[in-house]
Amino acid sequence: MSVLHIVNKSPYDRNSLETCLRLAAAGSAILLIEDGVYAARKPSSAADTLQQALDNHPLYALQADLQARGLATDSLIDGIQLVDYDGFVKLTTEYDKTQSWL
Amino acid sequence: MKFSIMVNEGPYTHQASDSAYHFTEAALRAGHQIVRVFFYHDGVNNGTRLSVPPQDDRNVCDRWSQLAQQHQLELILCVAAAQRRGMLDADEAKRAGKDSNNIAPGFEISGLGQLIDAGIQADRTIVFGD
Repeated sequence: MSVLHIVNKSPYDRNSLETCLRLAAAGSAILLIEDGVYAARKPSSAADTLQQALDNHPLYALQADLQARGLATDSLIDGIQLVDYDGFVKLTTEYDKTQSWL
Repeated sequence: MKFSIMVNEGPYTHQASDSAYHFTEAALRAGHQIVRVFFYHDGVNNGTRLSVPPQDDRNVCDRWSQLAQQHQLELILCVAAAQRRGMLDADEAKRAGKDSNNIAPGFEISGLGQLIDAGIQADRTIVFGD
């Protein structure tokens, strides 16, 4: 069973991304939305953790939320894939389940 | 594919309602069906028709009503959460002896069973909240 994990919290505010990464099965994907996108900005400890997670998980971030927070695409970790809302919907159809880490 | 959407936060305090709205719009654009949008906890505040945001800001509440009208969406407010927060339709207002009601067009007040039913009917349930 494949799962899309949706993380909407900044790693500097809550530990939901950390918990998600600890529990997510290999092959399941992680989508960063809302304040969750702050985790993708490098250099940072959160970005280092995410960079390692890329070995086991496809990683996505919602473009609109990056833009709203002034995070330029060239400031993000390598290998992260950007999606718009259409891409967000498509991801939810490609994985069997979604889990929002609220 | 069939989607159900759950919104747990009110307008303007958290991005959840905005995210849910944009997701719902995108899902409809892709030809998917929205079984139901269920508003729970502070999310019920999205259903007021008395919200008057500044003209240069989005109208989070009206926007849901308009989307519901365009696509015959079912927008459900949890009754217990709604009553606590002063979200009343005409029937509930009368029952509670209140002098007014405030539910926006397209929204309906119903029970938590509608959330369970939405989860059963839909292929995917997407939760937006804090």
